[in-house]
Parts: sequence; structure tokens; C-alpha cells
Amino acid sequence: MARREGAPEVNAGSMADIAFLLLIFFLVTTTIETDAGLDRMLPPIEPPDDNVVIKQKNIFTVNVNKNGQLLVEEELMDIKNLRAAAVAFLDNGGLANGEEGYCTYCQGERDPGSSDNPDKAIISLKNDRETKYSVYITVQNELVAAYNELRNREANRLFGRDFTDMEREYLDPKTKDTEKEALKEKVQRIQGLFPQKLSEAETSNN
Amino acid sequence: MAKFAKKKDGDLPAVSTASLPDIVFMLLFFFMTVTTMKDSTLLVDNELPNASEIKKLEKKDRVIYIFVGPPSQQYQAVYGTEAKIQLNDKFASVNEVGPYILAERAKKQEDIQAYLTTALKVDKNANMGLISDIKQELRKVNALKVNYTTYQGNAFNNLQ
Repeated sequence: MARREGAPEVNAGSMADIAFLLLIFFLVTTTIETDAGLDRMLPPIEPPDDNVVIKQKNIFTVNVNKNGQLLVEEELMDIKNLRAAAVAFLDNGGLANGEEGYCTYCQGERDPGSSDNPDKAIISLKNDRETKYSVYITVQNELVAAYNELRNREANRLFGRDFTDMEREYLDPKTKDTEKEALKEKVQRIQGLFPQKLSEAETSNN
Repeated sequence: MAKFAKKKDGDLPAVSTASLPDIVFMLLFFFMTVTTMKDSTLLVDNELPNASEIKKLEKKDRVIYIFVGPPSQQYQAVYGTEAKIQLNDKFASVNEVGPYILAERAKKQEDIQAYLTTALKVDKNANMGLISDIKQELRKVNALKVNYTTYQGNAFNNLQ
């Protein structure tokens, strides 16, 4: 008769095979999703109560027609030059030294005919109903890039690192709360220097 | 004096495969954690444009998706080739966007309802008219935070 020496050992040799099978299944079904994009805030639907008068020189108009051509400040412009034009407009700081709202950190032309300071500068984007979405995204991308370029410059001057880098770390859920507190102040300070004022008019039919 | 066992020379010792299951399990767990099962099948073509100044959409539970694009090949006979809106698993018209957002918002926990983002996954060939209509609908239901989902890349590639 056979001797009993506890339970017989289970053969684990096929465990690797089973694990491989599962591994291959998950390998095949994995789609690492590309969820990234341009963040934008839409304006609230109710108009603001007070009618603020904005000087024409503080508005940078960008018009996109249905063929994807750009009309910037009433002049035809190639989309590749849009970023530089937007940077020049935002960074202008047209007010004279000593006037209220004088921009101390601007490095632009200081042309009195262009924007007073970055806080007052507004970019107005208008597009046709038949404008292609891809053109619209490119224009949006260039305008956001203009803001990021200026914000990076200021962040490098004040804190020695890129704004986009700081913002990414601030929004990252893995960042510790104590670091977030410190970053929040810096991020908000830079955002205050160059506030993103991008207005989108209703689309036109013609 | 200690006596050393004589080494058998000639055949190499076999490589131990005992840790193979561990390695495989490690890989398995990695892929299990990064896997996201697609929750809605796409009825529209969805080739996103490129952009370089993008931000990641972090918390997935705070995102509501809206797909826009021309219907896929098999639906073109019925729905045509003009860009359409897809909400959940079906085509929808512009005035269904508002109720959809409200319904999705009501499904989320109360404390995150104020922080929801609407991700617009729009095909690059869609017209802005439709997008403007959607944006108008979003404004009506006060879903103001939007994210134009794009691929990472050079934005000028869109123009070709």
C-alpha cells in the first residue's frame, strides 16, 4: 500500500503558460489612450452686466475665412507668422513709464498704437462656419503658444524654470500637496503677468 | 582537510527557469493596469489634428466625451459623408448635446460635478459651424471647460 506523506504537490509547471496567455491577451487589447489636447474655457452665456469699453488698439483681431486664410489686424498674414505677431502684440506695453498700468516686464516695441499692457490686451478670434477644424486648431495652437512663450520667459526670469513645466507638475495628480501649494503661487503669479484673454466671436455665415 | 566534490566537467548547468512565471506575472500586471477597455465604439471617422501646446487630461472620471466626424464607411450609405455628432453609442443632433451633458453630469459624484471637462474629439476635416453650434450648446448648460483633444505633433502638419 502507498504511504501517505501529506498532500501531493501541485504541478506548477504550466503556470508560466497560463500567465503568458493572459499577458498576450492584455497586450493585444491594450490601447494606451492619447488623451491630451488644448484646454479652453468658453465664455458664460449671460453677458457681463457692465458694458466695458475696450480701446481698439487693445484688441488683436484674427479672422479665419473658409479657405483657411488669415486676416490679422486687417492684413493678410501667413499662419506661420501668427505666433510672432501675437507675441509682439501681447508684449508691447504701450503705456509710457509713470502712467498707471505701465508694464515693467514687457520687452516689446512700446508702440503707443498697440496694446497698453498684457492685462488689457485681448485677442479676438473669429472664424467662418466653413472653416476647417484643423485650421482652427492650428490657429488656437499658435495663440496658446504665444502666451506660453511669454509666460516661459517670465517664469525663467523669476523662478529659473519653464512655466509649462511648472504647470504640468502642478496639474499632475502624483505631485505632493506641499509642493503643489508652493507651485500654485508661482503659477498664478505668472498667469497674472500674462492673463490669457482670448475671445471668440460667434461664427459668421459669409 | 576539506574535500572538494569533483566537478563534473563537460555539460553546462541548465539555466533556471523558476523565475520565469514571476517575470511574466510582472509584465501581466503592468499591462492589466495600463489597459483601458474602449467603452464606446466609434461610428465616426476620428482623425484628430496635431497640436504642440497640449495638456494632458488627467482624471478620466471627470471627462465627458463628444465625438464629431464624418460617419464611418459602413454608415455612409445611410448618414452621408457630412460630419455628425456621436454621443455614447449613437448619432445625435446638435440639440441633444445639452441634455446629454446634463445626464452625464448627473451620473457623476456630487463633489466632482463642478470640475468636469468636456473633451471634444473632432475629426480634422469637420467644419467649424458644427463645432460652434456644439460650443453654443455647451455654454447653455454651463459646461464651459472644454478640451480639444489632439495628437502631439507639429500644428502646421494640419494644413497639408
